[in-house]
Amino acid sequence: MSTSTSAASRIKPWLPLLGIALLALALLVIAPAMLSPFRLNNLGKYCCWAIVAVGIGLAWGRGGMLVMGQGVFFGIGGYAMAMHLKLEAAGPGQVPDFMQLYGDGSMPWWWEPFRSPVITIAAIILVPALVAGLLGFAIFKRRVKGAYFAILTQALAVVFATLLIATIKQTGGFNGLNNFPSFFGYSLYDPVNKKMVYLIAAGLLIVCLVIVWQINRSRFGELLVATRDAEERVRFLGHDPANIKLIAFVIAAVMASVGGAMFAPIAGIISPSDVDAAASILFIAGVALGGRAGLFGPALGALAVGYGQSTLSERFPNEWTYFQGALFVVVILLIPGGLSSVLKRFRKDVARQTTELRGLTVTEPPTEVKVHG
Amino acid sequence: MRNSRRRLLAGTAAVLTAALALTACGSSSDEAGSAKSCVDTSGDTVKLGFLNSTSGAMAISEQTVRDSLTLAAEEINADGGILGKQIKIVEEDGASDPALFAEKIGKLITSDCVAATFGGWTSASRKAMLPVVEANNGLLFYPVQYEGLEASKNIYYTGATTNQQIIPAMDFLKSKGVKTLFLAGSDYVFPRTANKIIKQYAKELGIKIVGEEYVPLDKDDWSTQVAKIVQAKPDFVFNTINGSSNVGFIKAYYEQGLSPKTSPIISVSIAEEEAPAMGKDVTGQFAAWNYFQSVKSPENDTFIKAFQDKYGKDRPTSDPMEAAYTSLYLYKAMVEKAESFDVDAINKVSDGVTFDAPEGTVTVDGDNHHIAKTGLIGQINADNQFDVVWSSDEPIEPDPFLKGYSWWNPSAE
Amino acid sequence: MDSLTTPLLTGAATGAILLIAALGLALTFGQMGVINMAHGEFLMAGAYAAYLTQQVIGNADVSILVALPVAFVVAGMLGLLLELFIISRMYHRPLDTLLVTVGVGLILQQAAKDVFGAQGDPVSSPGWLDGSIGVFGYNWPYRGLFTIVLALLALGALAAVLKYTSFGRQIRATVQNRDLAETLGISTKRVDRMTFFIGSGLAGVGGVAVALISGTFPTLGTAYIIPAFLVVVAGGLGQLKGTVIAAFAVGILTQYLTSWFSGSMAQVLVFALVVIFLQVKPQGLFTVRTRGLA
Repeated sequence: MSTSTSAASRIKPWLPLLGIALLALALLVIAPAMLSPFRLNNLGKYCCWAIVAVGIGLAWGRGGMLVMGQGVFFGIGGYAMAMHLKLEAAGPGQVPDFMQLYGDGSMPWWWEPFRSPVITIAAIILVPALVAGLLGFAIFKRRVKGAYFAILTQALAVVFATLLIATIKQTGGFNGLNNFPSFFGYSLYDPVNKKMVYLIAAGLLIVCLVIVWQINRSRFGELLVATRDAEERVRFLGHDPANIKLIAFVIAAVMASVGGAMFAPIAGIISPSDVDAAASILFIAGVALGGRAGLFGPALGALAVGYGQSTLSERFPNEWTYFQGALFVVVILLIPGGLSSVLKRFRKDVARQTTELRGLTVTEPPTEVKVHG
Repeated sequence: MRNSRRRLLAGTAAVLTAALALTACGSSSDEAGSAKSCVDTSGDTVKLGFLNSTSGAMAISEQTVRDSLTLAAEEINADGGILGKQIKIVEEDGASDPALFAEKIGKLITSDCVAATFGGWTSASRKAMLPVVEANNGLLFYPVQYEGLEASKNIYYTGATTNQQIIPAMDFLKSKGVKTLFLAGSDYVFPRTANKIIKQYAKELGIKIVGEEYVPLDKDDWSTQVAKIVQAKPDFVFNTINGSSNVGFIKAYYEQGLSPKTSPIISVSIAEEEAPAMGKDVTGQFAAWNYFQSVKSPENDTFIKAFQDKYGKDRPTSDPMEAAYTSLYLYKAMVEKAESFDVDAINKVSDGVTFDAPEGTVTVDGDNHHIAKTGLIGQINADNQFDVVWSSDEPIEPDPFLKGYSWWNPSAE
Repeated sequence: MDSLTTPLLTGAATGAILLIAALGLALTFGQMGVINMAHGEFLMAGAYAAYLTQQVIGNADVSILVALPVAFVVAGMLGLLLELFIISRMYHRPLDTLLVTVGVGLILQQAAKDVFGAQGDPVSSPGWLDGSIGVFGYNWPYRGLFTIVLALLALGALAAVLKYTSFGRQIRATVQNRDLAETLGISTKRVDRMTFFIGSGLAGVGGVAVALISGTFPTLGTAYIIPAFLVVVAGGLGQLKGTVIAAFAVGILTQYLTSWFSGSMAQVLVFALVVIFLQVKPQGLFTVRTRGLA
């Protein structure tokens, strides 16, 4: 800091924006031009996971809340969207095909509102906010331990998947919801529309990055990091840490839901195995790999893990599970700051960095703790 | 200055990583994605895709299917291939994840340009693949018995549909004079659908359903539910439990004093591989399939010998494995009848294509793309093999939507 | 009558297994603040130990008794290695240990798949566990009784160790105030290691009980880990009686809900009830006031 000129310090806060712009260029311009429709669709899936990861980065990396059940919110968004797409495919007044096959052909009342695109989009944002708000309120307000919170979120994911599997007539059960011919009126068999859906997902990822970037710069962002590092002190300063955590948790939940909502039309299916405890854990893997507390770490990590799953799992199906396990062990044990922290270590101030790390070990995530801005 | 450079570095690194990932994606040569087929059979090989889970929860079952598919491909190649072209296998792992099945079958059809795909196990995986294979006008051969209520012009179902497994099982129970029946299943689509059919047919047959219990797929504790069976004292238990949960069920069943003498079990998911893994002697219990290793036929002898020569003497053969093996030979027969690998050409001639399979002669139904199969009931003997105790005697025409059964009312409970 | 009493008895057996699994978790969580997500895989390791013991000994009547100490040592050693190589390096990062042990669990599951195959392996019940006693129309299997006896023995042994041995006193001292214990000359590092050994070993014993229900398969632990954690959360830390009450409450409640609704709904409702319970008792049933834990 001592050597920074006034000009540089004026530019500095805007550099992340440059990074976002470059990522936008790569995802929105270069990728669609270079990749085949099949590969682009896969990249779209990774983008959906990356949107979830950006939210996890906020809740876990910045806020210190280990959210192990984001699959639930991913599922809420995914199923909300899938329900709308199923109803769209069925046509006005008609009932989705699986309800005629597995049920008595009647539709549960709570499906009816999802005929409306507007209500569907509202639900994708409001329902996860409500669920996360209620659960977060119950846990944070009563000052339940952070570890308990992590376990309860994972238990929620288990319960959610079980519930989905058992409600065959309402949610398609184990098979999930699939076979979506169109997306808000646009045929998904048309490659041009497929590309459009991809661009929406990639665009939403960029939007989420901008939102988190702004949050990190804001006073709330500072309070969030402060709560992570010293909750009691924040309380003494007259803030309620519960509210701060609650807001971050809700934002992360909404982002997960948005990711899920785009996942359904891109993957062509949403089923319990996309949202269960194992899937929720995989969401975290990318965040840990990329670097939980940075702006780009979670998103890039999630893209990398998604890509790894598609390619490595083909050639090394068994080794892939070992790799996943080793990823958690090695990254979190040895490089808790993720790969982005390794990149930083190439810089000369290794010594300063390590003292920073050492000084940090009393708090939970010993990563980039400095609040920029 | 230092801080600004750090940010720039991080940003550049980020973009570099992204670019790297993208070039990695892009470097694989692939095209298409439209419904226009990219299959190229102008050379002396034909590419076929095998899509099974070789990792994840379903790997244990699906690996056996992969093994018998591989065996069939080797046999066909040794015998001159399909239309004189050697089969080139492209293998993919569905990793027990339906979304991944959808992704991989897309890859097989549009970027590997395979002429046909073989695989899938869970209904979830098949449902996930269906729209993809239809959108690209590809072909999928699905080798597992399932809950029916489906037909696609792009899928051939070589396992049983409900009227070839569930309904024969009920006919068998009727012939045994069964009056009361208890239903036990895992809490997901197949058992729920099967039991819906069972309940309606039971009413027709005059069999009383005295209980119906479900346990989540990953739970093994059946003690409370089995206690209800003990109370109900049914003549038979119809078991639609899937996977490892069977062990917990069987153990609780024997522990609480039930036995084949009191309330025998008829299962639709316990085959030669599962029977020895129950931890209890299950001699005397029943299972409904279309193939048992004990089936006596020259074709089956050849199949078992070839399989065990390749994979080991201790490896049993089972219904889904046989159905997968048969599926590749049926494909060969269809292609040779059509004299083309083109999907539409195959569909045009597929009706009536037959193959002398290990289970007996099977015939393709060109309308619903299922195959006519003989229904069999086996009783487990001391060697964990099945003695065939009942047979439908001749192949049953597939009827996935049960249109030919007047008692069937899909919209009733 | 039957529908009222049967879930009580089946639930007691379920609760007994949860208790054995949760004891180890509560011990390590209470003392070190470490949440071991690989605990379920230690359960699985115990089950495979029972399977292997049976392969070696053959006689099911004897093998299950031999399997108990074997499973304890096998799972205990796994825990010891985990502590030695990983967890000891990251105390003060409780949430991170949670994730690392998730990774360890994944690796152990895949290793079990590669070694034993993904197909389950059977574990035969000993002859002396065959049969049942009639209680209000329910044929209560001896196996259920055996599980409860096993859990109570494990509980008794653990309580005795904690109360009467010097090692137990060291553990309690470390739980209540780590720094003060250290200044008194207690090697907290050694105590941690032993606690982890015992806690993990208990999971192995639980694994033997599970193997008698469902045989062995690589993902066996996953079905028990979350309920066991809910028991720890509801029971509170630092006192065994909280864990005991919570384990049997969760077990019995699960079976009643299963009997009235369905297995799936039971899972949902138990979770909801635990969250509601935490509104009343955010620290769980019982907790030790310490200066060490904020």
